[in-house]
Amino acid sequence: MDRGVTATPVRTKEIDKVAEAHSPLAQFEIKRLVPIQIGDLDASFTNSALFMVFTVVLVTIFLVLGMRRNALVPGRWQSMAELSYIFIANMVRDTAGPEGRRFFPFIFTLFMFVLVGNMLGMVPYGFAYTSHIIVTFSIALIIFIGVTVVGFAKHGIRFFGFFLPPGTPLLMAPLAVPIEIISYLSRPVSLSVRLFANMLAGHTLIKVFAGFIVSMGVFGFVPFAFVFALTGLELLIAFLQAYVFTVLTCLYLHDALHMH
Amino acid sequence: MSAESPPEPDLEDLDSRLKQARDNIRGPFEKKEGNEPLRSAVGLAFRVTVELVSALAVGLGIGWVLDEWLGTRPWLMILFILLGGAAGMLNVYRLAMSSGGSRGNGDTGKDQGNR
Repeated sequence: MDRGVTATPVRTKEIDKVAEAHSPLAQFEIKRLVPIQIGDLDASFTNSALFMVFTVVLVTIFLVLGMRRNALVPGRWQSMAELSYIFIANMVRDTAGPEGRRFFPFIFTLFMFVLVGNMLGMVPYGFAYTSHIIVTFSIALIIFIGVTVVGFAKHGIRFFGFFLPPGTPLLMAPLAVPIEIISYLSRPVSLSVRLFANMLAGHTLIKVFAGFIVSMGVFGFVPFAFVFALTGLELLIAFLQAYVFTVLTCLYLHDALHMH
Repeated sequence: MSAESPPEPDLEDLDSRLKQARDNIRGPFEKKEGNEPLRSAVGLAFRVTVELVSALAVGLGIGWVLDEWLGTRPWLMILFILLGGAAGMLNVYRLAMSSGGSRGNGDTGKDQGNR
């Protein structure tokens, strides 16, 4: 700031702009909008929570108002709503099997929540709550616990057989079982880290290149082109990661329902 | 007779048109994944890394907690890091098997549903 005061007005503006864009990580900062304190628990309404509310409202509007007309020949909006339904319904049927249909509402909610969350992160001044490991890990943990409960509810005690793949010699069991258990426990970790890392890396990269636009002056069009291309790529990744997240959930559900 | 004969070709026609429409609906999404070889290759590499590291981290965590609990530092941690590495390899092996190896496209539901 001191340097800005001593420099020429034009220079000041530039430095301010650079200073404003100083940290590519500033966009992930959690801000308390409405501080709420319950005992020792900080339950403040943050910008992250705000965007989750946005997501829920947007998805609800998209689906409820889109299907309000409920026309036999759908308009554009209704088509989009129906297309998202068909997309997830096919995914659940193909990946989790016919028994997975019962879990369609959960899978659909999950997909819309992650997808719209990713997309809201692409809106200027938006906040991508999926770029926070605590959010993705919480979702992954809910999935993990839910899928395990489903497995035990369906197969009872035989679900433990999941940890000893068929055809394993009994002599190998002391080695194979811990490996299988670790492999099983690593699912929520890999599921959450994949989504979070993709979103975090993408947004940081865009911000870093965007910072170069100002500091490179006339040649700023080079990083601008990068940002332009990266934004397109990020939109693809936002969709792809929501898709992968949902497909893997279906896959875990399939494993719990059918045990391989 | 004249009332009954027209519906039959109509139904067949409808059937084929329905089939085509269904293929069209599902086509774009499945093609989308395969059309970007570079992107899927990078994606697969990233997935492999995440699978390896997460299994290793879980193994490390279990070993550390057990060591704290049983007071056997550092032995269980060493053991579980090795097991975690093996679990990571297993994850990657399964990932590679389900995606059809070198095609580098592990995300279509059909391929993975088979395992």
